Amino acid sequence: MSEPVIKCESVYKIFGENAKTMLKEANGNVDAKTFQENGCIVGVNNASFEVSKGEMLVVMGLSGSGKSTLLRCISRLTDATGGKIFIEGQDLLNLNNKELIDLRRNKMGMVFQSFALLPHKTVVENIAFPLQIKGINTDKSINKAMDMVKLVGLDGRENYFPRELSGGQQQRVGIARSLAVEPDIWFLDEPFSALDPLIRKEMQDEFLRLQEKLQKTIMFITHDFDEALKLADRIAIMKDGIIEQLDTPANIVLNPATEYVRKFTEEVPREKVLLIADVMDSTTTEDIGDLKVTKDEIIENVAEKILTQEKTVAVIDNNNKIVGSINPTKIINTVFGRRKNNN
Amino acid sequence: MELFKKYPKLFQWIFLLIVFFALCFAIDVPETYKFIRGQAEFVKDPNQSTFVFLGKEVRYYAFDVFWRLPPLLGWLPIWINDSLFFLMNEWMPMEFWNEDTQEYKTRPLVLQITRNLTAFMTFLIELIREILLGGLETIVAFTSWDWIDANPWAELPGLPWTIVAAGSAILAYKLGGRGLAIFAGLAMTYISIFGQWKPSMQTLSFILVAAPLSFIFGLSLGIAAFKSKRVEKALYPILLVMQTMPQYAVLVPALVLFGVGDHAAVIITMIVAVPPMILLTLLGLRAVPPEVIEAGRMSGCNNWQLMFKVLIPTARRDILIGVNQVIMVCFSMAVISAFIGAKGLGFNLLLALNQLNIGLALEAGLCISLIAILLDKMSLAWANKQVDYFGNLNFFQRNKNSLFFGLIMIVGIALAYFGSIYFKDGYNYLFEVPHNKGISTAGFWNKGVDWIFDTFFVYIKAFNTWLIVEVLQPMRALYLRMPAIATIVLVVGAGYLIGGTRSALVVCGLTLFIALSPWWDRALVTTYMATFGVIVSCIIGFTVGTLCFQNKHFTKFMLNVCDIFQTFPSFVYLIPVMMLFGITDTSVLIAVIVYATIPATRYTIEGLRSVPSGLHDAATMSGVTKFQRLFKIEFPLAFPHMMLGLNQTIVFALFMVIIGAFIGTEDLGQYILKALSDKKGAGIGLTLGICVAFIGLIFDNLIRTWVDKRKKHLGID
Repeated sequence: MSEPVIKCESVYKIFGENAKTMLKEANGNVDAKTFQENGCIVGVNNASFEVSKGEMLVVMGLSGSGKSTLLRCISRLTDATGGKIFIEGQDLLNLNNKELIDLRRNKMGMVFQSFALLPHKTVVENIAFPLQIKGINTDKSINKAMDMVKLVGLDGRENYFPRELSGGQQQRVGIARSLAVEPDIWFLDEPFSALDPLIRKEMQDEFLRLQEKLQKTIMFITHDFDEALKLADRIAIMKDGIIEQLDTPANIVLNPATEYVRKFTEEVPREKVLLIADVMDSTTTEDIGDLKVTKDEIIENVAEKILTQEKTVAVIDNNNKIVGSINPTKIINTVFGRRKNNN
Repeated sequence: MELFKKYPKLFQWIFLLIVFFALCFAIDVPETYKFIRGQAEFVKDPNQSTFVFLGKEVRYYAFDVFWRLPPLLGWLPIWINDSLFFLMNEWMPMEFWNEDTQEYKTRPLVLQITRNLTAFMTFLIELIREILLGGLETIVAFTSWDWIDANPWAELPGLPWTIVAAGSAILAYKLGGRGLAIFAGLAMTYISIFGQWKPSMQTLSFILVAAPLSFIFGLSLGIAAFKSKRVEKALYPILLVMQTMPQYAVLVPALVLFGVGDHAAVIITMIVAVPPMILLTLLGLRAVPPEVIEAGRMSGCNNWQLMFKVLIPTARRDILIGVNQVIMVCFSMAVISAFIGAKGLGFNLLLALNQLNIGLALEAGLCISLIAILLDKMSLAWANKQVDYFGNLNFFQRNKNSLFFGLIMIVGIALAYFGSIYFKDGYNYLFEVPHNKGISTAGFWNKGVDWIFDTFFVYIKAFNTWLIVEVLQPMRALYLRMPAIATIVLVVGAGYLIGGTRSALVVCGLTLFIALSPWWDRALVTTYMATFGVIVSCIIGFTVGTLCFQNKHFTKFMLNVCDIFQTFPSFVYLIPVMMLFGITDTSVLIAVIVYATIPATRYTIEGLRSVPSGLHDAATMSGVTKFQRLFKIEFPLAFPHMMLGLNQTIVFALFMVIIGAFIGTEDLGQYILKALSDKKGAGIGLTLGICVAFIGLIFDNLIRTWVDKRKKHLGID
């Protein structure tokens, strides 16, 4: 496997005057409470993970959990107090100012919760802004920006000012701006949190469409667990600066690592999250029916078909080869069973 | 005892007041000499004790040390004078090339710098002035007088007033639409027709030089303060003092450094106008949402790009509000600078007031007010204007204003040429209406004033006497009974009760400075006049504000009135009161009251308006009456903001009291005025100015600390 695009090794971010010395003295054993008594606040506590190319990592946590701080460490909008961060093998914290600016101009794009558009520029000028900062001339940058306008479906509004757009439209501009330099790495900081639920769903679908097309390496921050499940390849759940669990959506739902994570997963409609592959038996029994389902199917989509069968159903992979089986009772157990309030 | 536990603060305050009054009574004012003992400083009396402190003989009456502390700061004005003199005349002599005599000359560095600065400023002012009015100086600056004599055609012709008037209307149209354009055109035409063109353009050229320079300095310093905490910390106390220092007092040291005239006034105006620009720049940059800054950083901006492409455009409105402030301060300074010989409307006004020609003064005052309103409205319109998209317009649509102005230029010049043929007998009215050839209403006003005096003299006199004998004199006597020691105890106690040790120490320092200066009694007189003004203003302002708040239209109307009155330079307020009450303390006090009522009213309305509408609805739904709502909900919540209004009222009142010295009062202002005409007045003027600023800052500190605490307590911000 090739090198991970983003790699964090025990990253710490501690706010406060003598954060550095305190971190040194703590010797890798950071306790939020003792730090707080000494006037320091722990933002990120020992975060280690990797994100590989084309993967979408969603960082989920409630407000104050340190997820935005983590993102700002990786984009180096704030300097991490300790640890190492590698972007495509480059040591981020050792870059000088010029190298950092270069990295941002060519490799990184970021979308913000409050859109953060420049009020004095039109839609197309906002999108062209990162290009012009790079020194690309006006005509070229505006042409490129117009492509982006089309990509996010804002054609016809390119000469509007941000104040004349709705929230959803403004965020489309934000997304287009972050994509204008064709970055490899895409940071999204709660991009849809400020939007109405209906618009939010629309934007999520739009986002998935874009990602399918662009295949960026993504770190996506959200406080909405459903959103995380819908979008993520892998989810990192944060609490008090610590990553509680980092795993695929299915594994988080099926095997929550801590009590805190379990609380989130309780109310999740499993049939919408889990795949057949997550719950099937990898052994095949004799007594098998005619129906076959693919292992990458979401349970919800095939549950009705399986439940109307009397016999066990065969599970196949993409090459039509049988890889396992699934029993209707298993589906019932998955959907309704093992929940606290049902016991 | 239970009561004591319930309201500990209340009892602390009562205790403080008891101590204060006990001290007041214990420290008796000696009968042996008169109240105003500022002269103790200058009169040599064998009964005085003397000692030498920091090279200056300190004289005081031994029995008097509790009433007023010995003037230990007496050396400060002299020290300031000496250092200024040393800087100007002795420090770092260097060889400089002299253009006129074509030889090297030895001169102190500072003198050379100020001379060069002076020459530069004079050049700038003359340049703009001659574009507007015509003249020779600018061309002379590039050539020589001999050359001019040889080429008599070489002269800046000046713009005909028609072009300037139409030009300002076009600018007003571009910034604020048709209404503002009509107002601008009419105002300029009025100024021209009534023969105030020349002084008005002189004043305008003054502002056109001072405002852009102040803007540049203010913006740069604001950016520096935004970037570096250290710069901000260093600037902050200076900004605070400058905001409460009477503009009058700053003029004095300018005299020493730069002499008399427009150039000195411009330089000193910049010193006064830069602080608000710094503050508003800082405020605007701070208000830029952090995510916008991060978006800029993530777009790969370097520091320079971040500042000029992201931060400043985003903070555009606040910065332009700063420009508005700068312009207004420059304008008010342009008027006051008449005291140090700046030409223009202020000079005419001062002259008219000195001659007691109320009619002329009113005319000049009216022009000043018109220009003030015009400048204010135009710069505000600029700040509130939003950028429009113009990429889809063609050349003519995009440049219609400039094209139209070009057309106006041609028409205006043609008109002026036509005028030069038509008006054969000397004055070309289509070019410039001379100062004494316009329509004048001065005679009418003067007659009006005479009539008012003839008709109402008895009543005005009676009112005047009553006010002075029954109210002012006793109040003044009471204030003069405040011993320095008792006052310090009161102020420090109040500081401690409101803001803790820190506040107490700051206030103590400020009070001690005043107490140790030789002018304790004068400071008391200033405070008494300001207090009287503030009390009356607050009563009027709070009442009017509350009444107006009951109706939406009245609210809007009143805020507009406040806006307009606030734009007038303080000096203008002296005209109508002198007209009605002549030269007395009453006049000053009435001017103070009128002037200080503006912030009192405004902040009352704004405070009441800031009460959230949700609370309003909640109260109505729980069935309160209008009065209950006002007293139980709106007043308590609006009170912190209203207290900020009180703060402003105090500053305004102090400013006016000081300027009132022009009419003749016996306070600190009088000494400042004296210092203006004194060769060695710089030190005294500056020290007096600082004293006045400190009086304001004592109240400022106490009120602000209280308001911050209260706001936190109420959870509003």
